[in-house]
Amino acid sequence: MLFRLLVRYLRPYWALLLAVVVFQSLQSWAMLALPSLNADIIDLGIATGDTGYILSTGAWMLLITLAQIVCTVVAVYFGARAAMSLGRDLRRDVFRGVGAFSEREVNTFGAPSLITRSTNDVQQVQTLVQMICTMLVSAPILAIGGVIAAMRLNLELSWLIAVSVPVLVVLVLLVVTRMLPLYRLVQQRIDRVNLVLREQLTGIRVIRAFVREPIETKRFDVVNTEITDVTTRAGRLMVLIPPLVMAVLNVSSVAVLWFGAFRVADGSLEIGTLFAFLQYLMQILMAVMMSTFMLVMVPRASVSADRIGEVLETESSVTPPDTPVTALRAHGTIELQNVSFSYPGADQPVLRNLSFTLQPGTTTAVVGSTGAGKTTLVNLMLRLFDATEGRVLVDGVDVRDLDPKLLWSRIGLVPQKPYLFAGTIASNLRYGNPDATDDELWRALETAQARDFVAAMPGGLSAKIAQGGTNVSGGQRQRLAIARAIVKRPEIYVFDDSFSALDVATDARLRRALDRDVGGATRFVVAQRVTSIVSADQILVLEHGVIVARGTHEELLSNSEIYAEIVASQLKAEEVAA
Amino acid sequence: MTTENRNQTASAPAQHEDEEVRPAAPAPRGGMGGFGGQLPAKKPINFGPSVRRLIGRLRPEAWPVVIVTILAIIGVVFSVLGPMILGEGTNIIFEGFISSQLAEGTTAQQVIEGLRLQGNEGQADMLSAMNLHPGQGIDFTQLGWILLGALVLYLLSSLFTWLQGYVLNGAIQRTAYRLRSDVEDKINRLPLSYFDSLPRGEVLSRVTNDMDNVTQTLQQTLSQMITSLLTVVGVTVMMFIISPILALVALVTIPLTVVVTVVIARRSQKMFAAQWKHTGELNARIEETFTAHAIVKVFDRQDEVNADFDEKNAELFKASFGAQFVSGIIMPAMMFVGNLVYVAIAVVGGVMVSVGALRLGAVQAFIQYARQFSQPLSQLGSMANLLQSGVASAERIFELLDAEEMTSDPLVPETPKAAAGARVAFEDVSFSYSPDKPLITHMNLVAEPGSTVAIVGPTGAGKTTLVNLLMRFYEVDSGRITYNGIDIARMTRDDLRSRTGIVLQDTWLFVGTIRDNIAYGRPDATEEEIHEAAVAAYVDRFVHALPDGYDTMLDDDASNISAGERQLIAIARAFLAKPQILILDEATSSVDTRTEVLVQEAMKRLRADRTSFVIAHRLSTIRDADTIVVMENGAIVEQGAHAELIEAQGAYWRLYNAQFQEPAEQAA
Repeated sequence: MLFRLLVRYLRPYWALLLAVVVFQSLQSWAMLALPSLNADIIDLGIATGDTGYILSTGAWMLLITLAQIVCTVVAVYFGARAAMSLGRDLRRDVFRGVGAFSEREVNTFGAPSLITRSTNDVQQVQTLVQMICTMLVSAPILAIGGVIAAMRLNLELSWLIAVSVPVLVVLVLLVVTRMLPLYRLVQQRIDRVNLVLREQLTGIRVIRAFVREPIETKRFDVVNTEITDVTTRAGRLMVLIPPLVMAVLNVSSVAVLWFGAFRVADGSLEIGTLFAFLQYLMQILMAVMMSTFMLVMVPRASVSADRIGEVLETESSVTPPDTPVTALRAHGTIELQNVSFSYPGADQPVLRNLSFTLQPGTTTAVVGSTGAGKTTLVNLMLRLFDATEGRVLVDGVDVRDLDPKLLWSRIGLVPQKPYLFAGTIASNLRYGNPDATDDELWRALETAQARDFVAAMPGGLSAKIAQGGTNVSGGQRQRLAIARAIVKRPEIYVFDDSFSALDVATDARLRRALDRDVGGATRFVVAQRVTSIVSADQILVLEHGVIVARGTHEELLSNSEIYAEIVASQLKAEEVAA
Repeated sequence: MTTENRNQTASAPAQHEDEEVRPAAPAPRGGMGGFGGQLPAKKPINFGPSVRRLIGRLRPEAWPVVIVTILAIIGVVFSVLGPMILGEGTNIIFEGFISSQLAEGTTAQQVIEGLRLQGNEGQADMLSAMNLHPGQGIDFTQLGWILLGALVLYLLSSLFTWLQGYVLNGAIQRTAYRLRSDVEDKINRLPLSYFDSLPRGEVLSRVTNDMDNVTQTLQQTLSQMITSLLTVVGVTVMMFIISPILALVALVTIPLTVVVTVVIARRSQKMFAAQWKHTGELNARIEETFTAHAIVKVFDRQDEVNADFDEKNAELFKASFGAQFVSGIIMPAMMFVGNLVYVAIAVVGGVMVSVGALRLGAVQAFIQYARQFSQPLSQLGSMANLLQSGVASAERIFELLDAEEMTSDPLVPETPKAAAGARVAFEDVSFSYSPDKPLITHMNLVAEPGSTVAIVGPTGAGKTTLVNLLMRFYEVDSGRITYNGIDIARMTRDDLRSRTGIVLQDTWLFVGTIRDNIAYGRPDATEEEIHEAAVAAYVDRFVHALPDGYDTMLDDDASNISAGERQLIAIARAFLAKPQILILDEATSSVDTRTEVLVQEAMKRLRADRTSFVIAHRLSTIRDADTIVVMENGAIVEQGAHAELIEAQGAYWRLYNAQFQEPAEQAA
């Protein structure tokens, strides 16, 4: 996957990459030219005492050094450009891909995982490309060039390269391969330390209430000892690398001098060439070491690439129609005909054979225990999922034939988790209707029972909202989400358990206000609390994905045992009657 | 944090994660926690003192640090001597080579004079500096010994470097262990107000992300720093010993290196800051869009979101390209400086050798020294960034370690007698979370032994605050709370809390088995006692349906059992603890109805014969409470039994009506 991803995303930047290779080759060549010039200084300059020659060769070396830095900078420039372009394109495509997903795919991956994939994982791949462009391209050139240059200087000494390079590679790999599993272990242990700390923070009241501090401290000490143990082991391996590398390099240079001395003695090697050879060997070994370290990055980036590839290759299960219906005649009717839904591979369908109609000006409520399929039902009506069987009709048209934008423009959703966006109260309220006036916003806030607290916030409508709405309370968040839906003035409202964080009195006031303000719209309410739905025109009782009863509150009380049971669990009989 | 918020925190139902109320934090922070992954480049505020304090944490490792220093010095001395000895080897080869070309039987002196006679002054000068034995060739025995010496020296140097790293590694890991344990200890000594006043992610990020960052910094910088500094010193000394002139040539590079590093690092720092900023912004966008995927779709914002993303993505591209480019130049620039030195030494050294002022081996040694010299310098440069971010993290941890702790328990604590029941009284209690917003003022409330006190009221009335005070999570500002006549402030917190059982709405369970969770308050409980508590709290019923029974592991967020079942486990946990006082924060929604009935029933059983405080959200469940307390804005507005309060047609009556009678009561 990594390779395919790189090929695909680097293809547009082939010219940049070509430039990187060309300039890296040039700079490597320059790098390799220096020792042989130095050899010339020794053999032709020093040995003959020719100061002029030394100076002129020195000038050449200076020139080559300058050329080398220029080439390197240019190569780094193009390399960084290619790598960052790849990162940018990859991020864009993952983001667009997720944007096209239906709720089903989002749920399968999970939002946090998708976020990591489009941020950290892309970063990993991008870093690898950056490293390849700056170092990995030049290392082999330098190594191979070094080998060629060294062999040209003296074939008989070349066996030293053939020995020292593999020795270095094997030693470094031996240590590194032992380190990698340890580092995975380190990560796991860090996660455990963090888990215990997170528990201590989130459960702090319970811990203190049960006087568990000493036990928690002991528990922490266990994971703390574990992490210390494994990082110590990893550290011990880590500190092996520098001395090992130094040892190989130094032993090699001693060997070059010793064996070289014989060649010098028998006249087959000039002394300056011996030093050039020595320096080439050092360059080769350094380059090899760099490459080995770089290669360690590949498995990590490869895991990331796989995770990115999964997102890019996943098709949305909900696709817009080729020739969508773009206009609707009626306003605000939703009809479900024999709708079933099951997740692929699941043995039990989430929803089974549901049929009902929502009419304008009426409220339909759904009750049922958690896991009964209520939110799935909402997702089907919004075409965030597609039904496995049956049809969902909006104003007589199958949602699968409808332009999704048209469908969504008609529906105001108040989701179960009332997410707010970073910005201001006003920017959040205008989310579905950017042209709404301040008056309209205040009216919606009034209906949503949010006017008072918004008015009391510093700045009112322009009060800041933190990402996710974390700076307002759960109840306030819920009311703002309701106001956001109202500002849109849709024909159909879908409230997915939207009153749960409100106290009972506020809940009651809110429902009355909704009756007044949006009474003409179609309303669909998912609720846990019976008081929220007693006045609904139609109540559906959902149990294990099946509608087991329907009717008004009074009807159901008398003819549905399950409904009566639900009510009884929340209200006492006489209170219900009252 | 406002009182309004605080109370909603507790009385609002549903997922506790959702109920977390944070003060408005700057947006990019949000992306910092889990998903952004990379911490933005924060700058330490007090670099010097913080570094000293961080180093000071190594004090218990004084001996290992001394040993490390000695080992490092030995290692560096050996590695620095190496090139000089190799240079000696070079001299033998070179001079042996020259000697072999001179006529045998002559002395070196004769050869040089011969050269001078020929007018070849230059060569004569060069040879005069040499140790020549004309006609003899390379002395392999001598060379062998010298190279062997170098070999041993190098290997010893590697050995000492390794030993040094090994010892230091242990010292650092132990220091990290101590730091982690200190932080954990500190968490236990901090008052709850500390955690409540900071966003939850903030403390978490300090004890996790910052901690990792500090230990990594210690690990990666300390060892290198020691060897790098010593190497620079050692190499400088050696260079001056061999040839002061060449040493000066090489040292010219120091200012050059410093200037180059500083110039580039300064630019790159700015660019990195910009890169982090844009990364944070973009990640926040991504986080937001993915989390609110359905909302974005239904509100038809995909196009706007995409356009906005593209804009931010392009900005990030620009910023990160700049940062990567500039930082990518550092290495080549260092190499360039290194090469300049190399050329300078080759030329100047060459000239010096040719005039006899220096031997060839010295030049050879110098070229190696120059490399040994510039490498640690550039390493020090690249460590600066790492160090800065590490010290910034350390500062944040120190801040936590310095935070004010809870008042200590009284030296001579009082213990209430283990009487049959517990009488709890609030006597003229006043309390506020922030001085400018009084919350509870002059409150009086008595709970007789074995009675149930229900507390009702709208969100923000201060219901949860009573729990905070009763458990001494917070201390009263004035007045006192007594337990069988003894001021709870005179008791130890542990004593008070071990007499008090609590079932919070946010039923926090820890990762572990159901059995361990039930035994949470009494780890020494027998299997039988656990089972008993489980039966009483109706946990036993559903546990049997689980494949692993009591050994079922609860996940991180206990998502493998329902909210209601979690609550039952929390109740069983309280049962087992056998408290004298009970505090129940009732759950509202999001519990499925069948389980809900069981929860209510279990809570009722738990309350029997205990002094109980119930924070009620649903009035139906507390009608039979002995005392119902209606709170509004931190004050008790009504108090009495259900029937009395209904009779009175006051606040309770209004609440009651709002809950049970639909639009009809509007007129009333």
